[in-house]
Amino acid sequence: MPIVFIPAQLKSLTGGVSQVEMEVDNVGQVIEQLEAQFPGIRDRLCDGDQLAPTLQVSVDSSMGTRGLRTRVAEAQEVHFLPVIGGG
Amino acid sequence: MAKTVLVTTTINGESTEFLCKPRESLLEILRNKLGMTGSKEGCNNGNCGACTVLIDGLPVDSCLVLGVEVEGVEITTIEGIADIGQLDPVQDCFLEGAALQCGICTPGFIVAARALLDKKPDADEQTIRFDLSGNLCRCTGYDKIVRAIQAVQESN
Amino acid sequence: MSSGNGSYRVIGTRPRRHDGAEKVTGSAIYGNDVQLPGLLSGFILRSPHAHARITSIDTSEAEAMEGVFAVISGKDFPEVADKIADLGEGAVNLSYLSDNVMAKTKVLYKGHAVAAVAAANVHIAEEAAAKIKVEYEVLPSVTWVMDAMQDDAPLLHENLCTDHMGEKDEKPSNTAVHMHFEKGNVEEGFAAADVIVEREFKTATVHQGYIEPHVSVADWTTSGRLKIWTATQGAFTARQQTAEVLQIPISKVVVTPCEIGGGFGGKIAVYVEPVVALLSKKCGRPVKITMTRADVFEGSGPTPGSFMRVKVGATSDGKLVAGEAWLAYDAGAYPGGMIGPGCMCVFSCYDIEHALVDGYDVCLNKPHTSAYRAPGATQVAFAMEQVLDEIAEQLGICKLEIRQFNAAKEGVRRVDGPVYPRIGLVECLDAVAQSDHWNSPLEGENRGRGIGVGFWFGCGLKSSVNASVNHDGTVNLTEGSPDIGGTRTSIAMQLAEVLGIDTFDVIPQVVDTDSVGYTDVTGGSRVTFATGLAAYEAGLDLQKQMVIRAADLWECPVDEITVEEGEFKGAGNSASFKELAQQLFKDGEPLVARASVAPDCATNGFAVHIVDLEVDPETGKVTILRYTAVQDAGKAIHPSYVEGQMQGGAVQGIGWALNEEYYFNDDDTMDNASFLDYRMPTMLDVPMIDTIIVEAANPDHPYGVRGVGEPPIIPPPAAIANVMSEAISKRFYDLPMSPPKVWKALSETS
Repeated sequence: MPIVFIPAQLKSLTGGVSQVEMEVDNVGQVIEQLEAQFPGIRDRLCDGDQLAPTLQVSVDSSMGTRGLRTRVAEAQEVHFLPVIGGG
Repeated sequence: MAKTVLVTTTINGESTEFLCKPRESLLEILRNKLGMTGSKEGCNNGNCGACTVLIDGLPVDSCLVLGVEVEGVEITTIEGIADIGQLDPVQDCFLEGAALQCGICTPGFIVAARALLDKKPDADEQTIRFDLSGNLCRCTGYDKIVRAIQAVQESN
Repeated sequence: MSSGNGSYRVIGTRPRRHDGAEKVTGSAIYGNDVQLPGLLSGFILRSPHAHARITSIDTSEAEAMEGVFAVISGKDFPEVADKIADLGEGAVNLSYLSDNVMAKTKVLYKGHAVAAVAAANVHIAEEAAAKIKVEYEVLPSVTWVMDAMQDDAPLLHENLCTDHMGEKDEKPSNTAVHMHFEKGNVEEGFAAADVIVEREFKTATVHQGYIEPHVSVADWTTSGRLKIWTATQGAFTARQQTAEVLQIPISKVVVTPCEIGGGFGGKIAVYVEPVVALLSKKCGRPVKITMTRADVFEGSGPTPGSFMRVKVGATSDGKLVAGEAWLAYDAGAYPGGMIGPGCMCVFSCYDIEHALVDGYDVCLNKPHTSAYRAPGATQVAFAMEQVLDEIAEQLGICKLEIRQFNAAKEGVRRVDGPVYPRIGLVECLDAVAQSDHWNSPLEGENRGRGIGVGFWFGCGLKSSVNASVNHDGTVNLTEGSPDIGGTRTSIAMQLAEVLGIDTFDVIPQVVDTDSVGYTDVTGGSRVTFATGLAAYEAGLDLQKQMVIRAADLWECPVDEITVEEGEFKGAGNSASFKELAQQLFKDGEPLVARASVAPDCATNGFAVHIVDLEVDPETGKVTILRYTAVQDAGKAIHPSYVEGQMQGGAVQGIGWALNEEYYFNDDDTMDNASFLDYRMPTMLDVPMIDTIIVEAANPDHPYGVRGVGEPPIIPPPAAIANVMSEAISKRFYDLPMSPPKVWKALSETS
């Protein structure tokens, strides 16, 4: 049952709520549940039916490699972060 | 149209002839006409040393030398620093000391270092650094290059 | 996966690199060394203006010149949808990429490519390019990030509106992105602080300075496949980008990564590949283009200049309680700069309970930015490390101790949210405390000692390898990670270790995109970690196959076969890897193994640098007296190449700190586009760079490897700036701290 952290920039949509605990299997379901609770948030996190290409998901100390299908059921924390490129 | 010139010179101990236009640099001729691509083009205006060759034992940036200027001289390039299948002690110490990362500056450094050690075998660290300051390296921070050159000195 | 703690046969040794003999004799083939029958040379015509509309291009005179085989311009490129692709290392907008490769309607920086020529030699190509008539309508331009953010700034993209995480402003702007991060409550934090320091910082544009210019060769096969040889940090991303820009299937493109003369992040985006491809298509001959050095400065991807405001509060015991940062970074001509990691890194080295970060990605009339080692981190470290030093000064606390007190460790949360797993910053700071350098006396006027800390994520991403056994018992290892710093050997060593064989019984090759599975770039400090992991897993696969075959050979159950240090034993038989390989070759399937990995973790690299320097008050010149780079490598597979990364990054950072910058004229064109005036460190400018490798094993790698390539560039400007205040009691908040600026500051204070 991970705690999903709402990006600080989206707190205007959540009335200031910054974390939500939820029972979900993957990132796609996380976003669905967030959308149900805070309408409009899905469009900020997704591009069509994919995770927005400028975002990546951190699941505990891992970075999700499967976009919306990234598994989170056993995780403790989920964060939405900017994509990082290295050099 | 500029006249094509016939140049006769010696490269790595072998008498060599080539045709060139006056505007062609020695670096271009080595690389494009003679198939000797060991000397590298980094800046083409004499600021990085990747194209270093020896002319009569003196290190020069071959991008600043015109083909027509090398009539009758003795040129040494990286290809001629050691006999085929052999390594000069400078090359050997570079390998042993991991004194290269991407390797693009390495031929220029080896030629320049060979000339330095031939002329000043007991050069101290400051002299090594001063005399080779015309060769740029962006990968190594120079530490292991200096140490490799010192290792050649120690092995003598 | 546990990280080995015991002693290793191969790991930690310093064998000569497999490609070493070629590189010291000049016989290694770099992009510019590629020779093909009928090869033509190309030249790119570039905009002389920082910002202009292209009103017409007339290539007819150039095309008619003798010795010219093809001329192209923006109109020869297919239209590319305004879509964002994940190229494995950040997201890229493909229509911006195409426009950057060659301008279509507007030029956005001096040096922006507008046309190209293929000719019998580069001189004819250059002369022909000069005959291309381009008419421009010059527009006002802007090259300082704060000016570019103003409402009345010249607009680069008429349809670009600031994106606030998916919500766009109505009004067009040069500010492409606004990011915002929060942790805790900064108002509360600052209210509790006994000392608060707030400073503003500026950094200039700098270039990665790789000695090899960009170079690509293109040739089309009779069956319509495009072959590219190029200097690239990633053959697969070069393939994808080229295919997208040309709008052809990636299966039609094969990219051979040549030996590469440095990259540091600047050879990930494509510049030349699509250009040579189109020229070659037009004339039916192979074409090569090497960028001139001026073109490299003006037409590739330098790293962001910036404006930063950083405010930090601490209680009187030195505990950091609040941090606030406002960061504006150059994106260059197109959106997609490094503001994200800048925001995430500004406070990443410390445990700060309350933090707030705002970051802006700003378009302006400079080349589109690229990563320079740890992109965006060096700038913020320059800011944060100085603010921290000033807090330590005000509280009378030792600058090392304040860092030890506040150091990020396992369990600390970053401002962007994630919690750190096991990391090695504390160990690095302890190593500094115990180092000879830190404990040696330093005397003399105008001298001082300082430290700086840096963090970089280090990614995993995707790597594939194949390993096949030769019948003499050696192993061919094919991998797709261009070798910029000795990695083919570090990867071979990991395979050798797991198989129990000698490093030189592994023959590593970096191959083209047809010959190995998908592999992400050589960058992001990932190769020794991820491609090494793939080699390790391929080794396990190979070993498993050989166990099964040994059982068959020796006619015993599989579970009776043991492998120890490369020796196979079972049913009274024993054979070394080589012996068994030779026996197995005779009948049965060839021994071929593969592995592909996509490790999903960061390797979290920390670096701390110590610098002693002296300032000459008469000239403002800074001499580095002594330098020590400390870094957590997790496990140093080949210590010489780990040291090499630390030393190379340190010296790049020294150049960034003391001299390197793009000077812009009043017309926003670069004034110093050559190695003469873009002054990078020479051998004479630096001393030996001592290194201390800390090994706080990474739990996510079998040998404990952490990425090391990027962190070393982060601390130097910070450490040097911190020393200036010691040496001459003057702080510099602008990079570079070049002699004219230092001299001026000194003469003002004296």
